[in-house]
Amino acid sequence: MQGNVHERGLKQSVDWSLVLSYLLLILIGWINIYASIHSSEPSSIFDFEARSGKQFVWILTALGLAALILFILSPRLWPGMAVPLYLFVAVLLIAVIFLGTPVKGSRSWFQFGPVSFQPAEISKISTSLLLAMVMSRNDFKLSRFKDFLLVAAIIGVPMLSIVAESETGSALVYVGFIFVLYREGLSGWFLALIGLAIVLFITTLTASSYASILLLAGVLLLCNAFKEKNFWRWILFSALFVGLMAALPSIWNLITGAVSSAADRMANTVTVPLPGARQKVFGTFLLKIKPIYLLMAACLGALPYFAVRSFRERNSFMGLSCAAFVVGLALVFSTEFIFNDVLQDHQRKRIEVLLGMKEDPAGVGYNVNQSMIAIGSGGFAGKGYLQGTQTTYGFVPEQSTDFIFCTVGEEWGFIGCAVVILLYVFLISRLILDAEQCREPFTRIYGYCVASCIFMHLFINIGMTIGLMPVIGIPLPLLSYGGSSLWAFTIMIFIFVAMYREEKKYY
Amino acid sequence: MENHRKTRLLIGLGVAAALLLGKLFIIQILDSGYKENALNNSMVYDIIYPTRGVIYDRNGKIIVGNKVAYDIMVSPREVKEFDTLSLASVLDVSPDLIRDKMAEYERNRKKIGYQSVVMLKQIPASTYMKFDEVKYKFPGFRGQVRSIRDYPINAGGNLLGYVSEVDAAFMERHPGEYRSGDYAGKTGIEAAREKDLRGEKGYNIYLRNSKNQIETRYKDGEMDKEAVPGHDVVTTIDADLQQFGQELMKNKVGSLVAIEPSTGEILAMVSSPGIDVDMLSDIGKHYQEISKNPYKPMFNRAVQAPYPPGSCFKIVNGLIGLQEGVLRPEYSYPCSQGYHFGAGHKLGCHSHKSPLDMEESIMMSCNAYYCYVLRNILDNKRYGSIDEALDKWREYALSFGFGRKLGSDFPSELGGNIPSSKYYNRVYGKNRWNSITVISLSIGQGEIGVTPLHLANFCATVANRGYYIIPHIIKDSEGVTIDPKYHEKQYTMVDTTHFRKVIKGMWRAVNSGFGSGGTASIAHVDGLDICGKTGTAQNPRGADNSVFMCFAPMDNPKIAVAAYVENGGFGATWACPLASLMVERYLNGEISPGARQDLERRMREGNLMARVKKD
Repeated sequence: MQGNVHERGLKQSVDWSLVLSYLLLILIGWINIYASIHSSEPSSIFDFEARSGKQFVWILTALGLAALILFILSPRLWPGMAVPLYLFVAVLLIAVIFLGTPVKGSRSWFQFGPVSFQPAEISKISTSLLLAMVMSRNDFKLSRFKDFLLVAAIIGVPMLSIVAESETGSALVYVGFIFVLYREGLSGWFLALIGLAIVLFITTLTASSYASILLLAGVLLLCNAFKEKNFWRWILFSALFVGLMAALPSIWNLITGAVSSAADRMANTVTVPLPGARQKVFGTFLLKIKPIYLLMAACLGALPYFAVRSFRERNSFMGLSCAAFVVGLALVFSTEFIFNDVLQDHQRKRIEVLLGMKEDPAGVGYNVNQSMIAIGSGGFAGKGYLQGTQTTYGFVPEQSTDFIFCTVGEEWGFIGCAVVILLYVFLISRLILDAEQCREPFTRIYGYCVASCIFMHLFINIGMTIGLMPVIGIPLPLLSYGGSSLWAFTIMIFIFVAMYREEKKYY
Repeated sequence: MENHRKTRLLIGLGVAAALLLGKLFIIQILDSGYKENALNNSMVYDIIYPTRGVIYDRNGKIIVGNKVAYDIMVSPREVKEFDTLSLASVLDVSPDLIRDKMAEYERNRKKIGYQSVVMLKQIPASTYMKFDEVKYKFPGFRGQVRSIRDYPINAGGNLLGYVSEVDAAFMERHPGEYRSGDYAGKTGIEAAREKDLRGEKGYNIYLRNSKNQIETRYKDGEMDKEAVPGHDVVTTIDADLQQFGQELMKNKVGSLVAIEPSTGEILAMVSSPGIDVDMLSDIGKHYQEISKNPYKPMFNRAVQAPYPPGSCFKIVNGLIGLQEGVLRPEYSYPCSQGYHFGAGHKLGCHSHKSPLDMEESIMMSCNAYYCYVLRNILDNKRYGSIDEALDKWREYALSFGFGRKLGSDFPSELGGNIPSSKYYNRVYGKNRWNSITVISLSIGQGEIGVTPLHLANFCATVANRGYYIIPHIIKDSEGVTIDPKYHEKQYTMVDTTHFRKVIKGMWRAVNSGFGSGGTASIAHVDGLDICGKTGTAQNPRGADNSVFMCFAPMDNPKIAVAAYVENGGFGATWACPLASLMVERYLNGEISPGARQDLERRMREGNLMARVKKD
């Protein structure tokens, strides 16, 4: 095939805009790492004792790797590599739990002399490759239960072993593969349900179970309304029900208050014991009923009705809604349990701080508080390069790794933040658009995987530095200090660039 | 369908990015709180306190200076485990105090953050030296030099006033001028001239890192500010006289005020019992003790106590009578152990010759004489009613400075009281009272309340033959200019010619010799020509108050003194000798040997505290 007249050259076949945004991001990362360690006695940005110098080496080697993948290795290798690489990484992921060096309470690092690396970083690549391979098979159908289970297993194995390494944050990145599944045919309702579950979890923690259940019922009723012929009647009844139930707790307070005081009066003044006593028993009985019981009674009474109706009308959506309600109910009632007993102590505290349930600016909230101060103090145009006081003087912890965005925020201001975020958006959307152009499903699915991973890292990391997400220790792709992360993302991106080029060459 | 999904995912990406940018917009642009926090985080203002201005007396003696003391500061975050007992012994405090403080810092650790707080205030240099030797054992603790007040002369705490740390209420009264940790003059001269004395704070700005280590100077010190020392202040006080008065008034309750009549300058102002200057420099430590003292040493009687002036007020009534034309110096009135009015009512008097003329009435302090005088004033046909006549009388009294604040530069001056017709109409009802009802005004009793400062000022007015200059305590000096009103003569409503006549009576009261009937013979000092008037004012809380006012010499007077001794009995018993000693000391520089020195000793040793009712 070499020498084919239709073959396009380097200039046309490589998505240079993608590569350029990649290069810009690592450059921005590098100068900000220098700024973040810069102190009163600045050393050169090339000082190999300092992190900026080391990062320079990582960047050079990463570029070497990129060139290797793009120009030397055949892109045709990758589909074949998927299974062995995945298995190899899976073994590493499990082995590290037992053999890894403990770093800050998690066992996710292998240490070989001066070099240490995290199998979790490569696992994103191997999982993406295997997902692409499996899902691009001709006979693959996501709606088939067996295939769905296979995909779930491919994502689940590394995810769970990473959780077992106590790196829950890194595991969260794998949730991003749901976007790939969505692109490949997963029902949008699935995404919606996950979103709903998160909202329910937060509502239960910050408001009450009552509000959560009401919210769940309301959302499900609304969704069903779109499928009904009598849309407005459905909406009217639902609104009535939700409104009544929302007002119930305060009404109930009034009733019980009146009853208990009446009962007290009775007991004190009426000489004939019988009516008074009866009244009192009734009163205490009333007091034992809480509004949530009434809500539950109403919901559980309605549930069989909807279930029978869905069966009679062959309305599978309504049936699924009923099931979703039951699952949601279970989630609401297990929230406390999950929150208090499943989550680890530090995770629980981070969520509490994020949701404003607790303030702890000196403890768990310290990082976020300091990071928001650093970013917030940058203002519109920033304090200027190397002029930051917060990041330079070490108020923000982990500032060259997980909190590198603080340096950007403080020294370059809102403009700098916007530039960085837009560069990422550009990178991710290039990945998606390029993936869509590909004829081979393998390349497309892989491209989506890369886009999802970068997106998850981006959103979680920046969200964490500005208090939108709980503190989850994952790096900002390409910007954060660290060779293992930079290499992993470089390899990941350039495998796609290479495969994309391979397609572009001929089509 | 698939393109649909791509679009939706891209939209989702856009929404996520918008979410991040929105939050960034809020914290970076809308919310300024983060910027302030950042400054608090990294900028350290190292405050440089200015030295406070020195206070001089009229002769250039320092009465309030400065000396060095040390505060022990602690940065709780830097403190490592330490030996509480050994620190306590070095600093000469109880270990519990240190434990309590450390526990308090632990409770407030969020508020304190990386700052340092004052743990012990104003420890003496000797203690600090001990600490300095071993401070390496106590990381997080350090000393901070502070200049505190030093009092070379015991010139009286109430006069000088104290300086203490500002509290929240004080900062509220002076918005924007003080920050917590600053010191300000709270009473006396320190408060009166606070603006001159305090100077301006300066600061060095440093940048620090998260471990509270100073990294560098902010903008190379460009924004730093140097402290400007406070202006020195020269007072009108004669330190020697003040100290002398202070010593004389020991173990007596009351006040001595001396004024230079020609200038209105206050030469001495003693309030007893007062705050000892030893307590002033660290008032906080002694505050409990002072406020528990039943004799209220914080209460500056010289300007805040409204006393009845007693017979000294006869001079006022006499002058008013003369000016109104209802009294002539040659008028004689009888006195038979008092003034009789109505059925069996009498305003008593002591035994003296009768009848007697005006000069003699002053000399012998006759009560009856002034009953006639006051009745003549109040029942004067010129005025349509007694209301009008009394208000005219009041107008005269006010022109002498009574019944209102004089406008002195000394803080918290009291106005005192001179009753008006309105007041009596309220108490007795319109037309339900007459000159008999208010007859006690004639001898300075009843509803009249004047401060020792009022009395001294009145005495200076008489000495000046008809005018006074508002008494004041600060002189013009380099950098401090006083209000021009302290140079203006304030004339009374009585013509200057009338004063000559009463002065003669005052002279005779002192210089007629024992046995002559002159009430103030004990005040006589050869060659000084002291003119004075005694007073014995009723005190509902026990023995009469002893009052005396005098000036000397008669011609071209140099000093006017008012003395007020609570529960001292006759004016001649305590107030009179005390005031005359002040005059002698001021004019002669010493007390002449013999009888005068015996008198001085007796005065110094006199203890009237047992007579004074405690609250």
